[in-house]
Amino acid sequence: MATTTTANGVAAETPRRAFVRAWWIWAALAILALLPFIGGKTGLISNYGFLQLSLMIVYAIAVLGLILLTGFNGQISLGHGAFFAVGAYTAAVLIDQANWPYWATLPVAAIMCFIVGYVFGLPALRLDGHYLALATFALAVAVPQFLKYRHFEWFTNGVQGINIFKPDPPFGLPVSSDQWMYLIVLATAAVMFWLAHNLLDSRTGRAMMAIRDHSMAASTMGINVAHYKTVVFGISALYTGVAGALHAIIFEFVAPDSFRFELSIAILVGAVVGGIASLPGAVIGGVFVQVIEKYADALTKKISAAVHLPLDLEPWTIYGIALILLMYIMPMGIAGGAAQLWRRIRGS
Amino acid sequence: MEQLIQQIASGLANGAIYACLALALVMIFVSTDHINFAQGEMAMFSAYICWQLMQWGLNFWIALPVVALISFLIGVSIERIILRPLHNAPVLSIVVVFIGLLAIFHSLAGGIWGHTIKDFPSPFPKVTFAGSGYIGPHQIGMIVVTLVLLLALFAFFRFTPLGLAMRAAAQNPTSARLAGVRVDWMLALGWGLAAAIGAVAGSLVAPAVYLEPNMMASILLYGFAGALVGGISSPGGAVAGGFIVGVLENLIAYFGNLLEKSSGLYIVGNGEKLTVALVIVITVLTLKPSGLFGHVTVKRV
Amino acid sequence: MTQTTRRLLLTGVGMLALALAAAPASAQKKYDEGATDTEIKIGNTNPYSGNASAYGTIGKTIDAYFKMVNEQGGINGRKVNFISYDDGYAPPKTVEMVRKLVEEDKVLFVFQTLGTPPNTAIHKYMNAKKVPHLFVATGASKWGNPKEFPWTMGFQPDYVTEAVIYAKHILANVKDPKIGVLMQNDDYGKDYFNGFKQGLGKDADKLIVQLSTYEVTDPTVDSQMIQLKNSGANVFFNITTPKFAAQAIRKAAEIGWKPAHYLNNVSASIGTVMKPAGFENGQGSITAYYIKDPTDPQFANDKDMAEWKAFMGKYYPTGNLQDSSNAYGYAVSSLLHVVLKQCGDNLTRENVMKQAASIKGVQLPMVLDGIKANTSATDFYPLQSVRLARFKGEKWELFGEIISNEAASQ
Repeated sequence: MATTTTANGVAAETPRRAFVRAWWIWAALAILALLPFIGGKTGLISNYGFLQLSLMIVYAIAVLGLILLTGFNGQISLGHGAFFAVGAYTAAVLIDQANWPYWATLPVAAIMCFIVGYVFGLPALRLDGHYLALATFALAVAVPQFLKYRHFEWFTNGVQGINIFKPDPPFGLPVSSDQWMYLIVLATAAVMFWLAHNLLDSRTGRAMMAIRDHSMAASTMGINVAHYKTVVFGISALYTGVAGALHAIIFEFVAPDSFRFELSIAILVGAVVGGIASLPGAVIGGVFVQVIEKYADALTKKISAAVHLPLDLEPWTIYGIALILLMYIMPMGIAGGAAQLWRRIRGS
Repeated sequence: MEQLIQQIASGLANGAIYACLALALVMIFVSTDHINFAQGEMAMFSAYICWQLMQWGLNFWIALPVVALISFLIGVSIERIILRPLHNAPVLSIVVVFIGLLAIFHSLAGGIWGHTIKDFPSPFPKVTFAGSGYIGPHQIGMIVVTLVLLLALFAFFRFTPLGLAMRAAAQNPTSARLAGVRVDWMLALGWGLAAAIGAVAGSLVAPAVYLEPNMMASILLYGFAGALVGGISSPGGAVAGGFIVGVLENLIAYFGNLLEKSSGLYIVGNGEKLTVALVIVITVLTLKPSGLFGHVTVKRV
Repeated sequence: MTQTTRRLLLTGVGMLALALAAAPASAQKKYDEGATDTEIKIGNTNPYSGNASAYGTIGKTIDAYFKMVNEQGGINGRKVNFISYDDGYAPPKTVEMVRKLVEEDKVLFVFQTLGTPPNTAIHKYMNAKKVPHLFVATGASKWGNPKEFPWTMGFQPDYVTEAVIYAKHILANVKDPKIGVLMQNDDYGKDYFNGFKQGLGKDADKLIVQLSTYEVTDPTVDSQMIQLKNSGANVFFNITTPKFAAQAIRKAAEIGWKPAHYLNNVSASIGTVMKPAGFENGQGSITAYYIKDPTDPQFANDKDMAEWKAFMGKYYPTGNLQDSSNAYGYAVSSLLHVVLKQCGDNLTRENVMKQAASIKGVQLPMVLDGIKANTSATDFYPLQSVRLARFKGEKWELFGEIISNEAASQ
């Protein structure tokens, strides 16, 4: 077991050990990538099932964007739906107006959202805590109006929205359109999570977290707080924007009504429920966002059928109760709660 | 010119709505350091309770204190039962709890009373007077009540021992405890008062905008904007901020319209009122982060 | 083979031949996914939550209607399984839920999906999958296009037709019209507005002196009403949804503006708009009427009104008897009932579409007497007639003849 020591005497792993240790991630990825070929053929997972999986991964990327900003850099954002919308519209406009191939729109959406995020990060420097939360919330609320702005209509198509087409699998691969999108989304997610992991493990990541923990101490240690904070805002927006672009391609339609502030709230809830400062938390959060409404709906129908209530029970009530209970039991999110449980089992 | 006056008057009327809600938001923020995202829905729920009491025959001015009391109790219960176990939890977890409360209050209102709009009669007499082409009796009533509430709160915090205890508990809980203040109950009291203020706000807003579950959603946003502009730690500032936002959004649309009519150039109009208002909020915050009338909190290193 | 065996064989063959010959005389049962001997599965999405949740009551009315049908024996002996999901008026959600209905729940067809953006989002999908997309709950003018979208069919008189009728009435009845329009800034409002301009003809831009828009997220439309009054308009075209319509009418009275008021049908309910706005403020308003408003006293003794009230009381007791959306839901469910009965035992998607396109002169309950539903292979708008009505006292007074747009369906 080759180990080296870093400057302050803490044992570090060689890159090879870290790579090997991540074997279970590789295994999981392999299984996920093979799903269309085994699951699809046997009919185990339907096209609709692949749609669900794609959406879970898309939201995981979006939540990851928020986690980078909030969990790892301490800047609260209640407005990530705005970046999601920018990414979605960038992809849709390029495909619709400029006939770009879908895969080429992803990098452009990424760059576009980075710029938007960076620009928003500049005034955000002056805001802290609650004020930043509310300012970003304001941003989220303004998105539909922004998308309907008269002078943008020539490319956003205003309230009617933009219709695009989902790509067909290339090279005549024996997968359906939904399965192909799933593979694209999976590949994109793998790359982006890997990049995020490297980012957090690097000097930049440590600077980010130092700023989160104590920004004044960080700046006295020579970290350019302003620079890092704005760049991280940009990166965070980039991630959520790419998720938005994928979302647009999957649904083949964007409209201002698709990006109301409920979306920003959903991303935030996903991040907190998943685990605000953990990469696995992003995945859990993404799954949560996609899945919770259906469970709430199903549970509501079951309860209404079983118990006669003097009122019309609505899914949102169950959703609200679920959120509160989750925060009770696991205030650090599911990833946080699982980590705690793991520690307790190991008896440390 | 005539229209300008009318738009300003209408803006003040709307501003009263935002100011009232902003007051409730500030109340909770000042006493518990949290921003209650569920405030709008709680106010809407209280408005429904008021409506129901009126359906059962009570006069508005009798129903209102009853609803305020019920809402006070609901607020206190929420703080004691739901928030107390979580007071060491991270801020964002508490935000999620607020979102949960938002969802519950919103859907309960819809589930109990339905989603179609309900007529909520105005408690103020329908008299016509000199300026009633500009601003109606209900709007004036709202402005008056908002200002009365503000004064009452100011007096409460400044001149009563309980108010002093609440301020102490919010600013320095440890020292306050040492001085004998029951800090936990001060937090609960803060929530109760905020809920009661929200109940008054909701009951006064409903006649103007018609009662339905989505009534407060957009007003909450403007309430936030008002509180931010005026300073979220200052009740007076929040009220002023509410009025400012109300007047500002109307003026933006008015001048935008004027520009378009006179020169054909369209920059902003009715479709951008919210966006521009929020841009202004963010600009104000960038230049003066604690709001126009807020006080800067000194952070210890 | 012995003689006996041969005889038995011949008899057997003869009987078999007889049986086969007799088979066509009995019903040919043909099913697509979602239909069986005992069940017809129908899919739907409605906004049960979000800022359009007021329309969610339509889905509940439809559900209640088919409960009633099932209790009365079903349709041709089959029970109706009505599956409805909430889409919160968000297009991505609609796509997801409709895909679930078609691919997982395997419904026979999708019915009365509500809202223009939601239906726009699923328009292509339904036609690509060749699943009937019937009687959509929006009046946008794009749903009656059998050439390009043969699986989608509208239901109500479309917005463009309605707006054209108002425009022509204004041109014929108002001297020197100066028109102010209050418009909801979305697909629904734009559709009405475009139809209105079309109806006004080439002078539209001169005649419309003020267009004020509002967002659904606006708390009030007070400032827009002030803009409209100050534009000097003497005609007011009100393209809103109920809450804002009531606010607009009330505000107009408060600021002393008395234009000729044209109110779009979506917001013409007496119980949810005219009454809250104040009866005295809405006098003289004009609208295009096709659904019998439950709060309109002129229908108090109507036979189908009594039937509807009984239905609501028994099957949807929590439903609001003042909400004309519930009357609308009853009418459209009745139309589907007729179509499904017409299908008989041939419950393929193709036949459902064919029967839906073969409606001849059906008078639906809760629809104004004389307005009949008609469809054909080139006409995918079942209802295309309205009658103008003027608000007088506490009710809508019908005047004039039935105005039809049957010919103009492309």
